[in-house]
Amino acid sequence: MSFFEDPIKFLAGLLQDLLVSLNLHPIAITVINNIVGALIVSSVGLVIVIFLIWLERKLAARFQDRFGPNRAGPFGILQSFGDLSKLVLKEDVVPDAADKIPYNIAPILSIAAVVLVWAVVPFSVEWIGTDLNVGVLYIAAVGSFGILSVLMAGWASNNKYALLGAFRAVAQLISYEVPLIFALLIPVLLARSMGVNQIVGAQDIWYIFVVPVAFGIFFIASLAEIGRTPFDLLEAESEIVAGYHTEYSGMKFGMFMAGEFLHSLTLAVVTAALFLGGWRGPYVEQLPLLGPLYLFLKAGFVYFLIVWIRSSLPRIRIDHMLDITWKFLTPLSVVLLMAIALTDALLKEFGQINNTALYVGAMIAVNVVIALLALFAASRLNSRQRRQIKTFEPRPLAVPPKPAAPAAASTSEEASA
Amino acid sequence: MQDNWLFIGIAVVIAAMLPMLPIAAARILSPHRPNRLKNETYECGMETVGDTWVQFKVQYYVYALVFLIFDVEMIFLFPWAVAYDNLPLLGVIAGLVFIFLLLDGLAYAWRKGALEWS
Repeated sequence: MSFFEDPIKFLAGLLQDLLVSLNLHPIAITVINNIVGALIVSSVGLVIVIFLIWLERKLAARFQDRFGPNRAGPFGILQSFGDLSKLVLKEDVVPDAADKIPYNIAPILSIAAVVLVWAVVPFSVEWIGTDLNVGVLYIAAVGSFGILSVLMAGWASNNKYALLGAFRAVAQLISYEVPLIFALLIPVLLARSMGVNQIVGAQDIWYIFVVPVAFGIFFIASLAEIGRTPFDLLEAESEIVAGYHTEYSGMKFGMFMAGEFLHSLTLAVVTAALFLGGWRGPYVEQLPLLGPLYLFLKAGFVYFLIVWIRSSLPRIRIDHMLDITWKFLTPLSVVLLMAIALTDALLKEFGQINNTALYVGAMIAVNVVIALLALFAASRLNSRQRRQIKTFEPRPLAVPPKPAAPAAASTSEEASA
Repeated sequence: MQDNWLFIGIAVVIAAMLPMLPIAAARILSPHRPNRLKNETYECGMETVGDTWVQFKVQYYVYALVFLIFDVEMIFLFPWAVAYDNLPLLGVIAGLVFIFLLLDGLAYAWRKGALEWS
């Protein structure tokens, strides 16, 4: 096997030979192999994020008709390194009132929770940290640790803005977790597997073309999960300073910031793997090196959508934010799951499961019908609420003072005297 | 299978180490001159009034309770979705009834006003 055919396998083979030639115990060999693998997989995301921050600033600047960073290095690509060295040299101010232990754990947890997701992201045909058979469940479980870090940071800071930000964040994150996981269930159901690599392998037709509504729900819910505009109430600068990380400075703040970007990238990659066919593309079976290229192109497309939405939409109010998930996305995702399960079962019952054209056609029809029904129901509900609001009585803003009162008081005083 | 979880276990340790490294580097490189004014709680520039850790809006609890119900039931749906090929039509319908009960609970919570913010 040559290097260019499959570099990762080639290097892994070299490492294996080296370890065997050192006469190590087989368990030690497994452990060392795993350590090397885990190191590579977890640093991939962090390395990409350094350039991603530059890319996002550049894109956001272009959307606002600016140049963005363009001084450090060619096209300002070294900007993130400058930021990093500045953050390292900044003093770390810990408020006296803070609860020190959770205060220090929170930034570490916020990165660790996201880095762990990369353990099950498939980069190419056989390039995957570990092909866990409960991959999707693992992504959902590990991703929830991020919520914990937000609450820890807000509570331990002993600052009212931070605590308010943490409450908002937790309300938002747990609410959007529900449609997110229901939307995750749909690819699991279609692929009959929870392993991420099996889901990618099952996508002869990308799932975005089979279940477009599920993709939409997943995308909106993941926007909320990463706290991007229009769902960035957890760090609304005009209301609560910086939200849950108000009290953080120096590198600990940097960890929260990097964690946020890393979270966006991770969800974009997961979206690409579950709905856009992951590493699949032409010639990837012959040349596994193309796999990561396809994966990151697709993830880059999703990320571009995220940045586009971020620079186009204003922030929404907290009650609207909660209404969108509980009164629209959650019922929609549950009904969609039921309809897709039923369609799938009926097609199987009539022996048409292998008829791809019919299968995809039926799925898309179900998706379109349910999306139209949901939009119709939402607009009905909305207009009913608007009618209720109209029945409020108009209230004058300033009440003029009553001129008669002091005169009456003085006359009664005179009378008693 | 055991190898998979060994990998996850090692990844947990490494994922915790990765953010610790820059924080440790910053601790060595950055200045450290605390004083009383600098270490005050950052609120409005004035001394902070009252306790932070107080009771908060009950609505947060209500959302958390509704979420908890959904979260627990969703875990049961994952095996159902994975074993889909081996299920008879009746098994699928049993799963659908289970999801329908979940939806019913959401409708009840909605009707009772648990999903209203104000």
